[in-house]
Amino acid sequence: MELDRPDTEEDVRADRPWLAIVWNDPINLMSYVTYVFQTVFGYPKSKAEKLMMDVHHKGRAVVANGTREEMERDVEILHSYGLWATVKRDD
Amino acid sequence: MGTAPPSGGEAVSTVKRTRRGIVVRLSGEEASLVKALMEQLQELLGDPPDATGDLAAIGIAENAVTPEDPVLARLFPDAYREDGAAAGEFRRYTEMGLREGKREAADVVLDTLKGASDTGVETVLDQAQAQAWLKALNDVRLALGTRLDIGEDWYDEVGELDPGDPRMPMYAAYDWLTMVQESLVRALW
Repeated sequence: MELDRPDTEEDVRADRPWLAIVWNDPINLMSYVTYVFQTVFGYPKSKAEKLMMDVHHKGRAVVANGTREEMERDVEILHSYGLWATVKRDD
Repeated sequence: MGTAPPSGGEAVSTVKRTRRGIVVRLSGEEASLVKALMEQLQELLGDPPDATGDLAAIGIAENAVTPEDPVLARLFPDAYREDGAAAGEFRRYTEMGLREGKREAADVVLDTLKGASDTGVETVLDQAQAQAWLKALNDVRLALGTRLDIGEDWYDEVGELDPGDPRMPMYAAYDWLTMVQESLVRALW
C-alpha cells in the first residue's frame, strides 16, 4: 500500500520536534529551579523536582519539546528567570 | 546547582506568607544593600544591543552578538550551543525584551522599598511583585556569583579565605541574597 509521504525532505525536518534543554550551573538554587519548572510549564512538583535533579546530577535535562517556535519561546521565558537554557533539534 | 548554606544568625530579614501577601522585613542596612545592587544591575543592563529605527521600536535589534562581559553573557546566554547564526538571530529578537523585563523587575523591587528608612522596612508584596523580587534577586545573584566565579564548593573555599580579603563583603552579600531568595521561594510555594 502506498503511504502518504511529505513531498520534500524539508517538510520532514520541519515536523521533527525540537527540545528545550536546561543546563546545570552553580548559582541557581535547587528550590528556585523547581519553582520555575512548575511556574513556566505547569508541571506538578514531583515532575519539576525530578527534572531539577536531572539537571543537577547529569548536567542538563530536556524540559520540554515541540516546534522550534514553541521551544524558542520557552527558552526565552527560562532566560527571563535566569536559567541557562538552550534550543536543540531532537536527533 | 546551588543550595542555601546554613547561614549564621546575623541577618534580621524575614520573608513570610500572610493573608495580606508576602511580607518582607529588612533592616535599614539590608534595604540599602538591595537598593544599591538593583541600581547596579540596572546600570549594567543599561545599554541595549545595537538597535536603531523601526525594528528597535518593536524590540528587534539590527544585529546582536554574545556580550563580552561574562555577567551579561550569563544573563543572556546563547540559545543555541552549536549554531552561532541561530544564536545571533534568537538574540536579535529576544535580548531587548529580556533586558527590559529585567530592568522592570528591578524597578518593582526599588518601588516596593521606597518606604525604607535607617530603621528598616516592612513591605507587603502581591504575587506579581513577589515574582519580580524573585527574578531580580536571582539576576543580582547571577551577576555577583559570576563576578566571584562561584562554584559548587564556594562555601568551603570562602571558609579558608583571610577574613580581611577584599572580596569578603561580596561573598557575604551573595550568601545573604541566597538566603533571602530561598525564603522567598518557600513563601511562594
